[in-house]
Amino acid sequence: MSQIAFLGAIEVGLLFALVALGVYLSFRVLQFPDLTVDGSFPLGAAVCASLIVVEVNPYLASLAAALAGACAGMVTAWLNVRLKILHLLASILTMIALYSINLRIMGRPNIALLGETTVFSPLENLDMPTYIALPIALFVLVVVVKLALDWFLNSEVGLAMRATGVNPRMARAQGIHTNRYILGGMALSNALVALAGALFAQSQGAADVTLGVGVIVVGLAAVIGGEAVISTATVFRATLACIIGSILYRLAVAGALNADMLGLKAQDLNLITAVLVTLAMVLPGVRMPFRGKKRGGQVT
Amino acid sequence: MMARRLGLAALAAAVSLGFSTLSMAADKHVAITQIVEHPALDDVRKGVKDVLAEAGYVEGQGLKWSYESAQGNTATAAQIAKKFAGDAPDVIVAIATPSAQTVSASTKTIPVVFSAVTDPVGAKLVSNAMHPGKNVTGVTDMTPIAAHMALVKRVVPTAKRLGVISNPGEANSVSLVSLIESEAPKAGMSVVVAAATKSGEVLAAARSLVGKVDAIYIPTDNTVVSAFEAVVKVGNEAGIPVLAGDTDSVKRGAVAAAGFNYYDIGRQTGHMVVKILKGAKPGEMAVEGVAKTNLHLNMKSAKKQGVTLSDALIGEATDVIR
Repeated sequence: MSQIAFLGAIEVGLLFALVALGVYLSFRVLQFPDLTVDGSFPLGAAVCASLIVVEVNPYLASLAAALAGACAGMVTAWLNVRLKILHLLASILTMIALYSINLRIMGRPNIALLGETTVFSPLENLDMPTYIALPIALFVLVVVVKLALDWFLNSEVGLAMRATGVNPRMARAQGIHTNRYILGGMALSNALVALAGALFAQSQGAADVTLGVGVIVVGLAAVIGGEAVISTATVFRATLACIIGSILYRLAVAGALNADMLGLKAQDLNLITAVLVTLAMVLPGVRMPFRGKKRGGQVT
Repeated sequence: MMARRLGLAALAAAVSLGFSTLSMAADKHVAITQIVEHPALDDVRKGVKDVLAEAGYVEGQGLKWSYESAQGNTATAAQIAKKFAGDAPDVIVAIATPSAQTVSASTKTIPVVFSAVTDPVGAKLVSNAMHPGKNVTGVTDMTPIAAHMALVKRVVPTAKRLGVISNPGEANSVSLVSLIESEAPKAGMSVVVAAATKSGEVLAAARSLVGKVDAIYIPTDNTVVSAFEAVVKVGNEAGIPVLAGDTDSVKRGAVAAAGFNYYDIGRQTGHMVVKILKGAKPGEMAVEGVAKTNLHLNMKSAKKQGVTLSDALIGEATDVIR
């Protein structure tokens, strides 16, 4: 594997670590299987790219993308808690609606950002090549987001959100407005995913309406893969597992792209992903958190 | 514990496999990335490979050929682009817009030839189609409107006013109509545009052109093409020749159409790759439009719509409906 391919895998892995953190929030913390991310990832890219091409400050554009993602997450949560639509179905509804919305936002299927001023433009003036500078910048960002999320989940609000996911009835008995926490948690989760989409579009040169294909699977694979290699006893370790899982997933992709001898190719990746996720779920070490989760689910 | 160690071992094995790949002897290396497997895009790839083989670059005999498909996943396309950027092949061929954009974002030095990209300037792959200037050039699959306008003049040499029916709600049609409006005057014709926002309005739009135009050209507009028979009906009744942007419409009653296929676009791309392998600079090679078209003619329609097709035209046609 060449250095560029290796660092490229780290770069894409760090970008998708934000997705993994968002998926961790919805799937693990809130116990809310959320497919909205397949729509909110390209939503973030679409909002950000549309604003950048009309000369809006790229930092502001990325922030707007995250806010748009938060709105998408809240719509899904609202469909679930207010209209009582099954969480999975609610998220699918938002996801397919977002496809049309993304097309409307962009006005065309693809907005190119090659050569535009993005949040990563300052990196081009550094002494080191961008393929090194970009992963470093993303690493700093992801670590900051991770630590902020750790702090949040250990704060009073965060603890209430975790209680909402683990045992909603008990949480309500303690005076926690569970619906509010689901709305807030889903907003935060999708804001992270949309931010990842915005950063992906800026670093890879374009926002495309098809960007969202399979984002949820990759996010889940990262969360579950991370849990397979790191114990998730504390929040600190759980969020770390998301980041490690995401990077390992991308290294596996890069490995598959380079493993000419095995005859593996990029087109086999979906199968490999499915096998890896299945393995991680079946292996005894990771069965424990699932059992715990099921018990929590039955109470609802 | 055991499970975790197993998981780690599996991942480590997957990663180390990548590192252990042996590099081949330094022949010419062409790497091709394609966003998704699709018959048209696969034809492009086949065209590239065939031309390379004809020029003496055969896979395994002096040519290293790497091909990866992203299976529709842009994140995978980005990683493929980075892998190719790291492998530093002699040329990277990128099929379709998203693949080309990720490659262009990943390397500023390795020659890149894109293919089947409709609007390379809009996609920011090149800033100027005539003089790309950087490491990227390629072949677009934009409808060759100039060639179609020339065909109108060959089928109806007396045409001075050209009628066009399109749906102003289709982005693709809007750009085609503006191209027609800039190309038709060069062929000595003025343009009259009639709008049909749904297929039910096509008949009325076609009738509105009667008496105002000498020929009708229907671009590849989904709305109008779906009601193509309505245009043919008006053409037959009023004796106005109808030409189309796609060859399928010839079976449905157009007099003539010059279409193209993606295999030929691939061959055209392949010729650009060969030039670069032989030392040409991509920055000095203009972006190419569709060069080879296949002429389809319909003699029955010609009779009904009152045109005589020249023998030269019939000789050039790849398909003639009699």
